[in-house]
Amino acid sequence: MDRRTTIKWVLAAGAALPLKGGRAARGAPVTPADVAPTARGYGTDPNLVANYRPGELWPLTFTAAERRLAVILADIIIPADEHSESASAVGVVDFIDEWVSAPYPRHQEDRTIVQTGLAWLDTEAVRRFGKGFSELDSAQQQGICDDICDESRATSSRADAAKFFALFRDLTAGGFYSTPAGRKDLNYIGNVPLARFDGPPAELIQALGLDS
Amino acid sequence: MFVTDKNQKSSYDVIVVGSGAGGGQSAYTLCMDGAKVLMLEAGRKYVPETETPMFQTPDLAPLAAASTPDKPFGFYDATVDGGWEVPGEPYARASEEDAGRFEWWRARMLGGRTNHWGRISLRNGPYDFKPRTRDGLGLDWPISYEDVAPYYDKVELLIGVYGSNEGLENTPNSSPGCLLPPPKPLVSDLMVAQRAKRLGIPVIPGHRAVLTQPLDFKNSPARLHPGNARAQKIIADDMRKRAACLWATSCGRGCAIRANYQSTTVHLPPALASGNLDIRTDAMVYEVTVGRDGRANGVNFVDRTSGKHRHAAARVVILAASACESVRILLNSKSERFPEGLANSSGKVGRYLMDTVGSSVDGQIPLLESLPPLNEDAADGHQMYVPWWLYQEQHAGKLDFARGYHIEFGGGKRMPDHGTGAGLEWLTGGSYGAKFKQDVRRYYGSFVGFAGRGEMIPNDQSYCEIDPVMKDKWGIPVLRFHWQWSDHEMRQAAHMQRTFADIIEAMGGRVHGEVKTDGAKAIAPGGSIIHEVGGAIMGSDPKSSVTNRWGQTWDVDNLIVADGGVFASNADKNPTLTIMALAWRASDHILERMRRKEL
Repeated sequence: MDRRTTIKWVLAAGAALPLKGGRAARGAPVTPADVAPTARGYGTDPNLVANYRPGELWPLTFTAAERRLAVILADIIIPADEHSESASAVGVVDFIDEWVSAPYPRHQEDRTIVQTGLAWLDTEAVRRFGKGFSELDSAQQQGICDDICDESRATSSRADAAKFFALFRDLTAGGFYSTPAGRKDLNYIGNVPLARFDGPPAELIQALGLDS
Repeated sequence: MFVTDKNQKSSYDVIVVGSGAGGGQSAYTLCMDGAKVLMLEAGRKYVPETETPMFQTPDLAPLAAASTPDKPFGFYDATVDGGWEVPGEPYARASEEDAGRFEWWRARMLGGRTNHWGRISLRNGPYDFKPRTRDGLGLDWPISYEDVAPYYDKVELLIGVYGSNEGLENTPNSSPGCLLPPPKPLVSDLMVAQRAKRLGIPVIPGHRAVLTQPLDFKNSPARLHPGNARAQKIIADDMRKRAACLWATSCGRGCAIRANYQSTTVHLPPALASGNLDIRTDAMVYEVTVGRDGRANGVNFVDRTSGKHRHAAARVVILAASACESVRILLNSKSERFPEGLANSSGKVGRYLMDTVGSSVDGQIPLLESLPPLNEDAADGHQMYVPWWLYQEQHAGKLDFARGYHIEFGGGKRMPDHGTGAGLEWLTGGSYGAKFKQDVRRYYGSFVGFAGRGEMIPNDQSYCEIDPVMKDKWGIPVLRFHWQWSDHEMRQAAHMQRTFADIIEAMGGRVHGEVKTDGAKAIAPGGSIIHEVGGAIMGSDPKSSVTNRWGQTWDVDNLIVADGGVFASNADKNPTLTIMALAWRASDHILERMRRKEL
C-alpha cells in the first residue's frame, strides 16, 4: 500500500482527493491571497511535535445550548459500556466544537449542517413531545434518533436531519476512537517500538485456513 | 555545510537544483567522488531527527490529524509548505473539465517529497525501457534495462530496500545481497495472497525502502564505491548510524531514526560528511544562465528569506527540481540565443508529461472481523503486492488496453483515528449507541483496500507550458497544464475495478460502493498519483527529445536533467527508484567527463 491508499482509508470519503475548482482557469491572474485558506488555520508549516488542544488554534464556537445538545447526542451515539467511557467523558464534544469552528471550507460546511441539525432536534422534540430534546427521556430521544440514524431509510422530509446524524456520528466516532480510550476499546496494541516483527501467530493463521 | 549569501563560494564544480530523490542522489554521487557541489533547495531546511512526529497519536493534533487544505495528507504528513496548492505559487490549467485536469503536488522543504513518499521501490523491467518496440505505442528509451541494472543494485544497497527475487516476467531480480528481507505478512496479506492465487493473480513480497534489518556496512561500501577508500569509510560510518525499523509509526511522517529512505536522512548526511557539499535552502531557482559560449554557467534564484535575486556559478548545472519544476526553469531560461527556452530546440520541453493510472476499490471481509488483538503496524503497509501478471494475455491481444498495472493493497488493525468508525452505515444499517460500539469493534481491521498503479502512454495532449499571464509571488511565470487520458488508460482503470472486485469476492468480502465499469469514472485525475514524469525526455535523436542517454541536454552539454523529467515512458513501477538509479548514472558520466576535461 502506498501513502495515498493509507490516507484514503483513514479519512472520510473523498477528503484526501484533490478539491475541485481550486485553481483558476486559463490565463486568469491569481494572487497569493487566492491560493489557500491558511490565514486562520494552522498554516502549511505547523509544529508537528507539539501537543494541541481544542480551542488553542481557533476559538471554539458552540453556544451553551448547542454544547448541551451535543453532549447528549454524542453520548447517545457512544454511551459508556463495560469496555469504555462515553464520548463526552473523553473530550469528544470539544473535538466536535473544534471541528465545526475550524476555518477551512469543509469544516465550515459541516458547521452549518451541525448547527442546523442540533436546532432540528429541538424543533422535532417540541413537535412530537412538547419539550426540548434535552428534557426528553431516553426512549423519546431514541425515537427521534431512530428516524434519522440511517440515511437510506429516512423519509424525504427527514433527509437533511439524517445527513446531520450521519455526520455527527462520524465526528463522534472520529473524536472517540482517536483518543487513548478509543484505542483501548478496540484493543489496539501497536504504536510501540518492537525489536522485531513476527507477524500473526501460527495458530491464528491455521485457524483461518491461511496456512495453505 | 549550509550556506547563505555570506559563505556561498564564488564557483562550484556542479550546481544541483533540488534536494529530493534526483538531487540527493546526484549530490551524493558527485561529492563522494570529490566534486564540489552547491545544492539549491526552494524550501526551508528540514531536520527529520527533531521534526518527525514519531509515535504522536491523533488526539494530540488539531482536528484529530485529519486532512485540511493546509495539510492535504493529514496533520502528521511530512510535507512542509506543500500539497496540491502551494501558497503564493499557483499554476494554471488549460481545462477545468474532469478529464482534462492535472493536479500538481509539491513540497517546499529540504528533501522534497522524499520525506513523505510511500517508499515503494520497484525496478523497471526490460520491457519498460522498450515499450514502443514491444507494442508500437509511445516511445522507447535510448537505454535498456542492462544499462540501468548496476545502478538499481547500487541504489538498493545504499538506501536499503526490502523485497524478494521471484524471477517473474519483466519484474527483475536484484543482484545477490542487494535486498533486505521482506517483513512478515499480515493476516489480511495472507488472505489476499491465498484468494488472489485462486484467480491466477500472483502475490509476492513488496519492495520498499525500509530497513528491515541494519544495512551491511561491512560489505556494501566496497560495492558502492570501488577503489574509493574515503567514500567507503564515510558511507560505512553513516550506515552504522541508521537504525532498523522499529515496526511502528507511519513512514509518511518521515523517520527520526533514519530507518527508511528520505533524501534528508540517507543521501545528504554522507554527502555533507564528505565536506564537498554546500546546501542553500530557501533558494528558488528560476533560470539557468548561459555564457557567450552557449554553455550553462550557473543559475539565478530568489532568496526567499530576503526576496533578493542571487546568482550561483558552476561548471555544470544539474536540474533535479522535479519533472515539472525543471521544465519550468528550462522554459523560463529564455535568451536571444534560446528564445524558446533552454535546451528546447526540439520544442519538446514540457511535452510527454505522464502520471500513473490510479484506481481503487475497498472491501469488507467477514473472515477478518473480530480477530484477537494483533499489532499490525508492521512495515506500514506494502508487505506484499501484485506485480502485473497478464503480459502474455496482453501480448496475445486478449486485453482491450496496452500496458500493465501492479496492485497495492493493505488491511490490518491500523492505529484508530478519526476515520475508524466513520462511514459504516453500509454495514451497520445506521446503528448508534451500545450497538454502534459493538459494530465498530466488529468491523475494525476487517477492511482491505486495493489500489491499481498502471502505466500511462505518453501523448501529444498531455504537456505543460508557461502560462502567458500568471506569475507566482516572486514574479516568476508559472506552468499551465494540458491533460488527456487515452482509451488505454481508461480501459485499464476499468480492468482494475473489475479485478479488485473479483479479489474481494474471492475473499468472501463485500465491495464498498460501486464497481466503476466506465474507465473515465474509474480513473484518478492526472497528477493525483504524484508520479508525474516526462517533460524533458531522453532519446536518441536531438530533434525529438530533450536529453541524450545520460540526461545531458542535447543543446547545452553541461546542463543535465536528473529527475523524472527524462522518463520516456512511465511504467507501472513507482518512479522514485528509477529516478535515483538514473541520477547516479548521470553523475557517474559527469565525473567521467570531468576526468576527461570535457566539463
